[in-house]
Amino acid sequence: MMYRAKIEVSLKSGHSDPEGEMTGQSLRELKYSVKSVSVSKVYEVYFEADSRQEAEKQVDEMCRRLLANPTKDDYRFEIEEVK
Amino acid sequence: MKKKEIRVCIMRVGGTNCDAETKRAFDDLGVKAEIVHLNEMVKKGNLLDYSALVFPGGFSYGDYVRAGAIWAKGTLTNLRYDLRRFVEEGRPVLGICNGFQVLVEAGLLPGFEGISEYPEAALATNVPIGYHCNWVYVKHESSGQCLFTKEIQKGKVLRMPVAHAEGRFLFPKEKENDYLKRLYDNDQLVFRYCDENSEYANGAYPINPNGAFHDIAGICDPTGTIFGLMPHPERAYYGWQLPDWTKGGRMPKYCDGKSVFESMVEYLRKKS
Repeated sequence: MMYRAKIEVSLKSGHSDPEGEMTGQSLRELKYSVKSVSVSKVYEVYFEADSRQEAEKQVDEMCRRLLANPTKDDYRFEIEEVK
Repeated sequence: MKKKEIRVCIMRVGGTNCDAETKRAFDDLGVKAEIVHLNEMVKKGNLLDYSALVFPGGFSYGDYVRAGAIWAKGTLTNLRYDLRRFVEEGRPVLGICNGFQVLVEAGLLPGFEGISEYPEAALATNVPIGYHCNWVYVKHESSGQCLFTKEIQKGKVLRMPVAHAEGRFLFPKEKENDYLKRLYDNDQLVFRYCDENSEYANGAYPINPNGAFHDIAGICDPTGTIFGLMPHPERAYYGWQLPDWTKGGRMPKYCDGKSVFESMVEYLRKKS
């Protein structure tokens, strides 16, 4: 079966987010009353798996093995079967 | 090992751009250095023919995902057993800039308990944000464990350039103090950013060019045979690479980065 995973990798709380801070500064210069900005990366992955359980296991592995560095990153994902 | 028997592998992939300068440093020291693409090495399966392995600087695979992450996983996946043997036999492994990022992402550094399954540290986006390319000073902290700095006196201040956007050395927040203590206990802390008078940066930019935790610029593994650093010793090898040598009158033949390569060659030369 074909699945689509939408994976979001974000910084763990407590770590500096210089990209978010700079983006926030720029938005404030555009006169928006922005308090803070945090930046995440989103990956959309299409892949084959035998079951939903297997699909979840695979995506969790993808995150731990490549997409996130546990020193600074959190991750979450949503999975759906696609035709 | 005789000098002429030493064979250094300078590995490269798409986006590597400091391989030629690194090779030139080894050439100058009279040892044989070869630039080898990862795919070529996988095909030949000859990593163990080399006495030392260098991951040079650059922007491997466009720094996609995180700087060094894709090269690290590609190396681990394709050379896993040979790389483990290479490391277990105590053959030197050096990572410069992008190479340091690779060694951290591959779990070879800090390597408190050997090669870790997942990274125990990170080289995160610079604070302040941006690609910083400038000359910095680093203080040598090793008491002798790191083979790549054995020829450098403890406390000596070296001048080398940095050129990166992701160089902020980090530990997991909850383990920061524990891991830092382990670095000191194991003599793994090799270089810290400082000013020209050897005062630590204490996080202040631009003395610390990236916001690295504890001003960390370079660390080794507990055995001292794996070493990674953000500054570029190969760009501080010859005197003519110094940005201001004309102000000093006479140009020195060499500068501070040479001692890193010399230390490695000297270690191999003394090895039976």
